[in-house]
Amino acid sequence: MTVTVKDKTELFSPQICAEIDRWIAKYPAEWKQSAVMGALMIVQDDNGGWLTTELMDRVADYLDMPPIAVYEVATFYSMYELKPVGKHKICVCTNVSCMTNKSDLIVEHLEKKLGISFGEVTEDGRFSMKEVECLGACGGAPMMQIGKQYYENLTPEIVDAILEGLE
Amino acid sequence: MVNEVCLRTLDLERPWLMEQYQSRGGYEVLKQVLTEKRAPEDIIEEVKKSGLRGRGGAGFPTGLKWSFISRNAPGQKYVVCNSDEGEPGTFKDRDILRYNPHQLIEGMILAGYAIGATRGYNYIRGEFWEPYERFEQALQEAREAGFLGENLLGSGFDFELHTHLGGGAYICGEETALLESIEGKKGQPRYKPPFPAHFGLYGRPTIINNTESLASIPMILEKGGEWFADIGVKNSGGSKLFSISGNINNPGVFEIPMGTPFSELLEMAGGMKDGRKIKAVIPGGSSAPVIPGDLMMDLNMDYDSIAGAGSMLGSGAVIVLDDTNCMVKTLERMSYFYHEESCGQCTPCREGTGWLYRVVHRIESGQGRQEDLDLLDDVADKISGKTICALGDAAALPVQGMLRHYRDEFQYHIDHKRCMVGAG
Repeated sequence: MTVTVKDKTELFSPQICAEIDRWIAKYPAEWKQSAVMGALMIVQDDNGGWLTTELMDRVADYLDMPPIAVYEVATFYSMYELKPVGKHKICVCTNVSCMTNKSDLIVEHLEKKLGISFGEVTEDGRFSMKEVECLGACGGAPMMQIGKQYYENLTPEIVDAILEGLE
Repeated sequence: MVNEVCLRTLDLERPWLMEQYQSRGGYEVLKQVLTEKRAPEDIIEEVKKSGLRGRGGAGFPTGLKWSFISRNAPGQKYVVCNSDEGEPGTFKDRDILRYNPHQLIEGMILAGYAIGATRGYNYIRGEFWEPYERFEQALQEAREAGFLGENLLGSGFDFELHTHLGGGAYICGEETALLESIEGKKGQPRYKPPFPAHFGLYGRPTIINNTESLASIPMILEKGGEWFADIGVKNSGGSKLFSISGNINNPGVFEIPMGTPFSELLEMAGGMKDGRKIKAVIPGGSSAPVIPGDLMMDLNMDYDSIAGAGSMLGSGAVIVLDDTNCMVKTLERMSYFYHEESCGQCTPCREGTGWLYRVVHRIESGQGRQEDLDLLDDVADKISGKTICALGDAAALPVQGMLRHYRDEFQYHIDHKRCMVGAG
């Protein structure tokens, strides 16, 4: 353990603690570690969409896990971000069904409009772009996800309207 | 016979609500099983009779899987639902979760009753936020109605059910990787045996089934295994959800009898877009070897028909490609996917998927060498069957399929350093 914690409730705000506790309650008492994926997502959302080592260490302390076990999870799953992302993380699917429905045009359009490529964040921090694998919405190809929302049957015009509608 | 099983409430307004599901007889069979204390063996027998085979892609008989659990063994047992839908081209479980979550819940409770499990988890992929919220709402409704919790309807049977959210890893659709993931670890598959029926979640006996498989259970028990089997054909009982996408007019999810001719499914999906010619079909998710369009037009959507053409029905994800598609580029994208998603545990898969991608990539970008085609065959062969889980095979199969049917396109790329269809 990296830090000695007397009171776990000091690790996060009461609200975050309550949210993590809801995940812990789903699993057997001796398997708190099962809540690690939920906890990392809660903490990531609360931190503008990415995880710092310090936050991962806190999750480790909160769940009585060795920090390395938390890092393993955070680096294995693609939805955890270990570098800053935009306020709106734009995830574009480029897998086969989207590709054959011209996802490349969507990617090009976003790149031109935002001045960034996959893996980059706009200077004002509002947007970042990420290439993702099949998101299971091939009937609406080409598609993308921003935040928790799926957007399907995209055209450059529809993409413009979606981005304008974001805060 | 369309939308008779998992999508039977689809025509209703807000079909995901408890009252809507119940208006179609939802939870009636659960009530009957619980109040009549129907023998669990009898339920498993009925599922066996139905011919239901695992709808996630492997096609293993569901009833047989359930019978591997020793029902009376002491201690905790688990029912786990695999809603980690991620096989490229597959988008059917998303619709079950969004539009008929109660039927999945009822199916999971019935599965728990049949194998003597009092706890269940539904593993939903992390990106599926809307389906997750629908499912959570349905769980709450089910709890309030007394279908979840302790002593269900006074039967003495307890069942609690929770959702686990994934974090973006295709490999977690592999059943033992999924169990690792619920345990809060990297999703790396386990050696089998032991199988989950003996050593599953938290080391306890566990059955793990696909969303569509479990959502089929209430109808099988309501109308009988024979009724379900008779919808389909020999070796492929029931109806099945097909997710059809690609270059077609009306992509979507269609629940139709097993054995339906592909040509009819294509027609339901509005036919080819812009009147283009069908070139190729990937019939069961991107791991399923490609089938040339004209050959596919003569096949039926069931396990044996598709297997007879050297491919597999898989998850029922049908990707239809027209004649503007370059097969080298298509394979390049698929190989990239398996390389990206390999969990890194087994050397043949971790290294081999990278080799496959890099070699296809160099052919696609005009840098191919004559010996590359044999090299691809060789690498694919060195992965197949040499890994803990099926991801290695899933990466090798599309390569083998593409080279079998479209070798000339790959050769053309190598010879002319460009694409023969002019698209790439």
